[in-house]
Amino acid sequence: MRRGHGAFIVVMVLFGGLIGLGAFTFVYADGASYMSSDARPCANCHVMRAQYEAWQKSSHREVAACNDCHAPHSSLAAKLAVKGLNGFNHSLAFTTGRFPEPIRITDFNRDVTEGACRHCHDAMVHAIDPVPEEEELSCVRCHVDVGHLH
Amino acid sequence: MAEFGKTKLIGLMAVVAVLVFAATMLLVDIFEKKQESRSPFFRVVELTDDTEDPAEWGKNFPLQYDGYVRTVDMVRTRFGGSEAVLQTPTTEDPRTVTSQSKLDHLPELRRMWAGYAFSKDFREERGHAYMLEDQIFTERQQAAPQPGTCLHCHASVYVPYKKAGDGDLMAGFEKLNPLPYAEARTHVTHPITCIDCHDAVTMQLRITRPGFIEGIAQAKAAEGFSAYDVNRDASHQEMRTYVCAQCHVEYYFKGSEKRLTYPWSKGLKVEDILAYYDEVQFKDWTHAETGAPMLKAQHPEFEMWAQGTHARAGVSCADCHMPYRRAGALKISEHHVRSPLLDVARSCQTCHRASAEELLDRAESIQERHARLRDVALNSLVDLIDDIKTAQAAGTDAERLDAARQYQRKASFYVDFVEAENSTGFHADQEGARILAESINFSRLGQRALMR
Repeated sequence: MRRGHGAFIVVMVLFGGLIGLGAFTFVYADGASYMSSDARPCANCHVMRAQYEAWQKSSHREVAACNDCHAPHSSLAAKLAVKGLNGFNHSLAFTTGRFPEPIRITDFNRDVTEGACRHCHDAMVHAIDPVPEEEELSCVRCHVDVGHLH
Repeated sequence: MAEFGKTKLIGLMAVVAVLVFAATMLLVDIFEKKQESRSPFFRVVELTDDTEDPAEWGKNFPLQYDGYVRTVDMVRTRFGGSEAVLQTPTTEDPRTVTSQSKLDHLPELRRMWAGYAFSKDFREERGHAYMLEDQIFTERQQAAPQPGTCLHCHASVYVPYKKAGDGDLMAGFEKLNPLPYAEARTHVTHPITCIDCHDAVTMQLRITRPGFIEGIAQAKAAEGFSAYDVNRDASHQEMRTYVCAQCHVEYYFKGSEKRLTYPWSKGLKVEDILAYYDEVQFKDWTHAETGAPMLKAQHPEFEMWAQGTHARAGVSCADCHMPYRRAGALKISEHHVRSPLLDVARSCQTCHRASAEELLDRAESIQERHARLRDVALNSLVDLIDDIKTAQAAGTDAERLDAARQYQRKASFYVDFVEAENSTGFHADQEGARILAESINFSRLGQRALMR
């Protein structure tokens, strides 16, 4: 039993070290700031600076921050899942430096945004949507400047 | 408590080791990026207003310097750019590589410039790195003696001008202009360098070329702004164009002192510039076949850009030719100055939401239409030259010949204005089409003048 007990201690110490290192990295990287709905953390790493500044000049700045357009409104689980997925992808891209310039939205995230437009503007959009069988209208195809002024 | 086997223990330690390794890498990466964004550069050498060597500046700004040295690259676009052409070095011209001849590509140019040095040697422009070398060894140097004025835009002259003028930039400019080229050449060392566009202490953009300082003041005076001082009055976004416009412009050498002059006192449009030349009765040369008093348009990129839709939208030269690029946590301007068509993503897609293929296709279709129209205008001009020659041989009266020669001067200057301009029409496509249509019309009027 002595041998097993010693091994357990070693492993616990190692895991403790890992948790400590992980926790410090999280705090140092302002990890907690991403849990909020504040827009500023989205420009933490400077890559999104242009998008952040363009949002500040846009018509939606007083009524919608990053999350309001880039995370789903359907449920808390969906919101956290999308934030988690994009958070991981963004961290990976920024760390490896592998991402196209200029930064463009993915099809998946464009759909999320389309849903967000409709979450607030549904009554208005409903009246101009074509018959259900046809291709859906995309709000940002014409209203491209409402979120980020170009 | 579970019994831990030796293998399991080693396995767990390995997993933890990998995770700690990864977490530490991430931590260090985050640390480095935070440092990068905090201090955009490290001052490892002291730069002064006399530091000419770009390698010294490169120690403080390695990312920008890396781009700058890459202007040695020779890459073609569909209608421009340079491709490496091998040549056998001679004692007059030790270059082993040069660029393709535009005279072979457009033989009409030899007729247009008959009797002028450009009809001997005219090639596609290479990158900034070659500006001095290509000027030293062009055959035009042998065809006609060139003055020191040429160095204003083919070398880094800010420090040499100051030295020659004992600290006075303008005095140095005036001193080097009238010297023979070979003598003036000994005063300069580098092609364009950092100090030609940047203040050494603040890194702010700064105009250092006397020709532009005087020229833009005249152009602004024509718009109603008196006593315009470009380094005091221009905005940062304007400077992102003006530093390029120090050289990418139409010019001539004024008087026996060979003072470099930008002919903008009536405005920047081709007719304003021609009106200026007519008023001061300037000619670059006399046409060898017809005796017409000719003008050679240089490379009016700035003037053509000024008439285009991008200029109207406030887009500067640097926005497309030196687009922003990310390097780690930094955003820098690409100092590898080149055609936007070689980097459509950064140059065009920042504003235009279309695929790179679609944007390139759009640009090239503008250039293709322009190139066809230019060919028509050149052919029309050659027809006029032929007709004047025939009329001269037939003993046509001097009055009619002189009228036709005046039209040749106009038609030639107009088509040259857009041909010498280095965008194959893209900088201002409709203005380019208008100028070419007017050139064709001048050729037509010249032929009519002979018939009357």
